[in-house]
Amino acid sequence: MQFDMPSLIPVLPEAFIATMACVVLVVDLFLKQEQRIVTYSIAQFSLLMAVLITMATSTGDSQIVFHGSVIRDTMSDVLKVAICIVTAGAFLYAKDYLRDRDLFKGEFYVLSLFAVLGMMIMVSANSFLTVYLGLELLALSLYALVAFDNNSGLGSEAAMKYFVLGALASGMLLYGISMIYGATGSIEFQPVAEALVSTGMNNTVLVFGLVFLVIGLAFKFGAVPFHMWVPDVYQGAPTAVVLFLGSAPKIAAFALAMRLLVDGLGSLHADWQGMLAILAVLSMAVGNVIAIAQTNIKRMLAYSTISHVGFILVGILAGTSKGYTAAMFYSIVYAVMAVGAFGIVVLLSRKGFEAEQLSDYKGLNDRNPWFAAMMLLIMFSMAGVPPTVGFFAKLFVLEAVVSIDMVWLALVGVAFSIIGAYYYLRIVKLMYFDKPEDQEPLTAGMDTRIALSVNGLAMLVLGMFPGGLLSVCAAAFS
Amino acid sequence: MTFELFVFYLFSFILVAAALMVITRRNPVHSALFLVLAFFTSAGIWLLAEAEFLAIVLVLVYVGAVMVLFLFVVMMLDIDVATLRAGFINYLPVALMVAVVMALEIFVIVGPGNFGLDVYPSPPPLPTDYSNTEALGSVLYTVYMYPFEIAAVILLVAIIAAIGLANRTRSDSKYQDPSLQVKVRKGPDRIQVVKMEAED
Repeated sequence: MQFDMPSLIPVLPEAFIATMACVVLVVDLFLKQEQRIVTYSIAQFSLLMAVLITMATSTGDSQIVFHGSVIRDTMSDVLKVAICIVTAGAFLYAKDYLRDRDLFKGEFYVLSLFAVLGMMIMVSANSFLTVYLGLELLALSLYALVAFDNNSGLGSEAAMKYFVLGALASGMLLYGISMIYGATGSIEFQPVAEALVSTGMNNTVLVFGLVFLVIGLAFKFGAVPFHMWVPDVYQGAPTAVVLFLGSAPKIAAFALAMRLLVDGLGSLHADWQGMLAILAVLSMAVGNVIAIAQTNIKRMLAYSTISHVGFILVGILAGTSKGYTAAMFYSIVYAVMAVGAFGIVVLLSRKGFEAEQLSDYKGLNDRNPWFAAMMLLIMFSMAGVPPTVGFFAKLFVLEAVVSIDMVWLALVGVAFSIIGAYYYLRIVKLMYFDKPEDQEPLTAGMDTRIALSVNGLAMLVLGMFPGGLLSVCAAAFS
Repeated sequence: MTFELFVFYLFSFILVAAALMVITRRNPVHSALFLVLAFFTSAGIWLLAEAEFLAIVLVLVYVGAVMVLFLFVVMMLDIDVATLRAGFINYLPVALMVAVVMALEIFVIVGPGNFGLDVYPSPPPLPTDYSNTEALGSVLYTVYMYPFEIAAVILLVAIIAAIGLANRTRSDSKYQDPSLQVKVRKGPDRIQVVKMEAED
């Protein structure tokens, strides 16, 4: 028996994050509560180093290692860097929030780093087994993070709902995978794709498996009609956790869809295009319409997530490299917008006060014009108002779908975006034209202020120069 | 009907019956015990499929360790079955409809038409000296090393999550601290004389 030591260089970013998560776990045991900032610094340092390592070991062409379990290509590199940067932003915003609420514990960083590891594994998975394990690693960490605040009944309830529905979704996904394995005889993406081409499309088992796969995916994405957990989890979990949970995992979910549907089952495109179209239309409709009725900003942003997921799905279902590029651009931009929006929620919250109601945003302009402007940029970007980047994200997706002659889908997207613009602009109205109810000064530290400013201005700068990020995304599918 | 086929149907029947009992029993302890039965019979089916190692692991790990712990938990918790069943009748029609439709679909797809012996001929019997454990071990740490490592990390996360969620230090809980107890010095630390008024 022989054992070939696989090359470890392609999985160096994952290995590094795994090691650092264990380092944080151990170091944190020896720290007093007032030294907890060390844990935070190590976590941030690991994310920064993971970005650098990913860039340094990036080769530009795709390598498959570990007997076909892992693929390292441009898409995985770009998405890994994006995930690490967004997570670093979430950690930064979350720090003060956690400290004010006696939640500043090492477990938050350990679990979050493991969740990042799970996402990285998903992003560069090359077999159904690896995808599934990465997904479970992410999900398990997130369940624990949602219930992170022991004293919060809402948090425990949300975690329970998330766990039960997540387990159900995993079951669906596994059942679908088992069917596809039964029909093709492999769990690696390339052999599956080859087997699909040789057996042809008329295999009912494959389509049956695909249905379960898409249901599992839709659960993880939070697409309608599998979205029920999203608002409850967003509302129940501590805002610091929602910052993380609502941003980076959307990038990973995009990668999950790409790996499963495009790398693995690309030749079944005609079948999954229809399924995704239903999910996308329903998500855009339900997300945007129900968000109008919300008075809690976390619930409102949850429904807004659902509608944005619809747009990401529209990009994927186009099935062209243009569509994939647009969806990837959209998911990265969405993650940056979401982390900024929840960053503002955290900024306005303070010890003993959660800025969760829409009325808490009244007159923000009078209290702090600069952050009102940042929130304005983020809200404009979410609504898709030019020249913010959200406009271009929507534009690219619609362009991709028009170029495959699905004009009706583009029209539906535009119509629901206009409906959606109402509730984003309502926040702008509350901030600028209403009298403030709450006069407390903002207590955030300088690092949060700077990061939020960068985040808000990024909406504008990326919107004026979308070419850079777009060409990075396009390089992944050329 | 060959003996193998008879054993397969016997085990399958017990498995399905036990699984139904798991979700219909009123007493959670009974449910847990029926789950043990379900595990045992599926181990039997795996033995028929010549997956001896997995069958033994299923009995050892799931029945021997997981279910015993599970029984402990079920007995410790005060589960109010009445509230658990409150919505049962209300949701039954919808649940039944979904379940029946899904079961029908599965029967149609996973039937002899798609998975029959003409599509998947039964594999040739393995030689008697074939070791299942060895075959599994030789791929687990080589071909599937990466998934294996991830599974290890998942277990680590499960430990951290379980401890993080369950470990609540309460400020009002009373406990002894031996390190403080041994430091007690002779004199005022150890004994305190309290002067009290004499009572009638």
